[in-house]
Amino acid sequence: MSGYTAHFRVWRGDVGGGDLEDFKVEVNEGEVVLDIIHRLQATQAPDLAVRWNCKAGKCGSCSAEINGRPRLMCMTRMSVFTREETITVTPLRAFPVVRDLVTDVGFNYQKAREVPSFVPPSGLGPGEYRMMQEDVDRPQEFRKCIECFLCQDTCHVVRDHEENKQAFAGPRFLMRVAELDMHPLDAAEDTGLDRKTTAQDEHGLGYCNITKCCTEVCPEGIKITDNALIPLKERAVDRKYDPLVWLGSKIRRRSSAG
Amino acid sequence: MSVVDRQEWDVVVVGAGGAGLRAAIEARERGARTAVICKSLFGKAHTVMAEGGIAAAMANVNENDNWQVHFRDTMRGGKFLNQWRMAELHAQEAPDRVWELETWGALFDRTKDGRISQRNFGGHEYPRLAHVGDRTGLELIRTLQQKIVALQQEDHKETGDYESRLKVFQECTVTRVLTVSDSGSAAGGSRVSGVFAYDRETGRFFVLEAPAVVIATGGIGKSFKVTSNSWEYTGDGHALALLAGAPLLNMEFVQFHPTGMVWPPSVKGILVTESVRGDGGVLRNSEGKRFMFDYIPDVFKEKYAESEEEGDRWYEDPDHNRRPPELLPRDEVARAINAEVKAGRGSPHGGVFLDVSTRMPAEVIRRRLPSMYHQFKELADVDITAEAMEVGPTCHYVMGGIAVESDTAAARGVPGLYAAGEVAGGMHGSNRLGGNSLSDLLVFGRRAGLHAAEYAAGLGGERPSVDDSQVDTAAAEALRPFSAEGPVPGEQEGRPPENPYTLHQELQQAMNDLVGIIRREGEMEQALEKLADLRVRTRRAGVEGHRQFNPGWHLALDLRNMLLVSECVARAALERTESRGGHTREDHPAMEREWRRINLLCRLADPTGGLAATDPVVGQIALTRETTDPIRPDLLALFDKEELVKYLAEEELYE
Repeated sequence: MSGYTAHFRVWRGDVGGGDLEDFKVEVNEGEVVLDIIHRLQATQAPDLAVRWNCKAGKCGSCSAEINGRPRLMCMTRMSVFTREETITVTPLRAFPVVRDLVTDVGFNYQKAREVPSFVPPSGLGPGEYRMMQEDVDRPQEFRKCIECFLCQDTCHVVRDHEENKQAFAGPRFLMRVAELDMHPLDAAEDTGLDRKTTAQDEHGLGYCNITKCCTEVCPEGIKITDNALIPLKERAVDRKYDPLVWLGSKIRRRSSAG
Repeated sequence: MSVVDRQEWDVVVVGAGGAGLRAAIEARERGARTAVICKSLFGKAHTVMAEGGIAAAMANVNENDNWQVHFRDTMRGGKFLNQWRMAELHAQEAPDRVWELETWGALFDRTKDGRISQRNFGGHEYPRLAHVGDRTGLELIRTLQQKIVALQQEDHKETGDYESRLKVFQECTVTRVLTVSDSGSAAGGSRVSGVFAYDRETGRFFVLEAPAVVIATGGIGKSFKVTSNSWEYTGDGHALALLAGAPLLNMEFVQFHPTGMVWPPSVKGILVTESVRGDGGVLRNSEGKRFMFDYIPDVFKEKYAESEEEGDRWYEDPDHNRRPPELLPRDEVARAINAEVKAGRGSPHGGVFLDVSTRMPAEVIRRRLPSMYHQFKELADVDITAEAMEVGPTCHYVMGGIAVESDTAAARGVPGLYAAGEVAGGMHGSNRLGGNSLSDLLVFGRRAGLHAAEYAAGLGGERPSVDDSQVDTAAAEALRPFSAEGPVPGEQEGRPPENPYTLHQELQQAMNDLVGIIRREGEMEQALEKLADLRVRTRRAGVEGHRQFNPGWHLALDLRNMLLVSECVARAALERTESRGGHTREDHPAMEREWRRINLLCRLADPTGGLAATDPVVGQIALTRETTDPIRPDLLALFDKEELVKYLAEEELYE
């Protein structure tokens, strides 16, 4: 495959407004959308604003919407499009635009602060932690998250309803609650913190109606809905409506620990 | 005088990778009000790209491991040029730094008995790297990020403000460390008074006044064309230290990681983790030969397998077999690959073959190397469970850096300035072992934060005040690219401004071709001429548009740093007439014992700040030689005499 000229439409503007701008740009074998954006910067639009870092799908900086779908620009190969196709690149829709493809993702950092941190178990010093691989497998899946915020962008609870942002942490941070809840040594419960009920009461788990859009866009392939949100919902429901289930889980926990 | 927003902090940390965040945590826990400034979003620093693991002699997998063995491996890897006290502290403290991460919520892969699992890596005698699949850096950065949030939550509970004691200024760039002349010092030097920075989003300038500044900005890879480093790696911290009056140490040592992707062109240089080899992957040339057996250098002859059979047995029975030569230190493997390709035995796209597909079942590969599987599948259409990867050397890490005191991480000659992580020199000598970077970040990040906080507290009310004229000069320097058009003094007409992207590409090409993995005197002289030319042209680097999130402007400012650092690398590489670790001279191929004791220090030639010296001979950098302290006898006693004679000069052995 040799080089060709592609037709790009890139949103340019700022908080005051903007529009799609047309570009004709060279494409070479093996390139990804981010390469093309960089070529635009170097040759046609030196002040085109875009975030990026690793260019290897590990840092989650270059999130944008490509032909309307939330994706990482560095992991979207040009070969998935036909040569005739017009490729439209726009900023993440759920967050306020700063400039061109850069949005204000502060919402996510605010939500991160609202999730209570890991509580170390008392009586275990550094070096004394013992956990089995099969027990850390589940939370480890969630720690693969690169915080690209594509799930936060695509989730219709906030995508089309700005007003829900106050009450809803979004898939990324509900998954963080699930991760901590599944951590074999998290001692939140000993401090009176029940992560399952806070997911429901404080982080808006109830808004999620498991359409799995978040899972579909996750570049790490994390099964956010199936493995984090649904189990969290099931357990939160148990807690809320069934005191016997709650008591039972307590007793089992004690006996297995003893 | 420009009106610039000012804030007061106790400690300012520049950089939010592993070292910066660990420093910030320590400084805040010691009671210092601490600000962190980083160029990217919080949690995106280059540390996320570290794959293999954190080296720490916890002895979870092989009980014979201890800090002395780790120290020995580190010194061998660095060819004994390491600042030995740093290597000692690093080996001793790394296990505590890893265990501490668990108490902050980190989830490492486990051994059968529930402890932290450890894997083999190049140059490490025992399985030593704590890891999480092949995304250990992500786990590290996320754990530190979440610890910062935990501290902010504590502060919020107490003060009602998350940022009252620890604040992250994300997407901001520091362009100058501010100093005041130090009346107390005999040398008439200066000490730190704060930093000058701009907010990338708005373009607004601001000053953080602080008596202590920790530089933790990482490396310099973006001065090279083929690199595993991200855009942030423009040598900012190295340049900030130089400009503030601190020397850089041994900048000629640049690590080319042996295995970067070579195809397709747009991903050339992206890292292929050493874990592939640590877990059993082998290197082959186009004839199908495991060529590394031909490249075991004399100093390592007794420690590596002589046959493929022995090497293969080692994975199961390391006590009775020697390790395969694919696990030699990185400099050795990189040179070997380079030589194979040059001899015409390379792969179709100019690398060699790295194969795991014939060594492990597909599901094991997918479990142990998930990001490598993903990376090759997505970016190169290669299924690593079914076929070999093509790999070649890529610029990965700089061993040289800011010269620091081993115990305190204090930069030499500038009170109040500290450095930790890749930006600091000395720890790794002439070549870093894989896995020793993440542990370095933690050990010396903590030490830098600790000593910066103590220094700030020790000043009491006697804080240096920021010099207004320095702020004005810094602001003018930062705005220069917006007025690059127009007549140049002494010339007839105005010339068009230079495109910063073009200048950057020319710099990368020059460093790659002329000061790359194999170096020659004539080429490095040529490089210095090219750098002088680029330096002059960079004065005219111009940008379009305004100051709000303008990448062209950001690059124009970063060019100053890349040019300074590139000159240090070229000048030191020209001076060192031997080959050692990450510095290979074709015209001086042998390692010389006499050079082991020589450190090369780079300083700014004109401390008043004239940065456009056009003379390639004089340039911006003045180089001096320095003889290192002798290695402490009890540390030398950890090695056999037969080994020491390969490295140390006669008189050092019998002192």
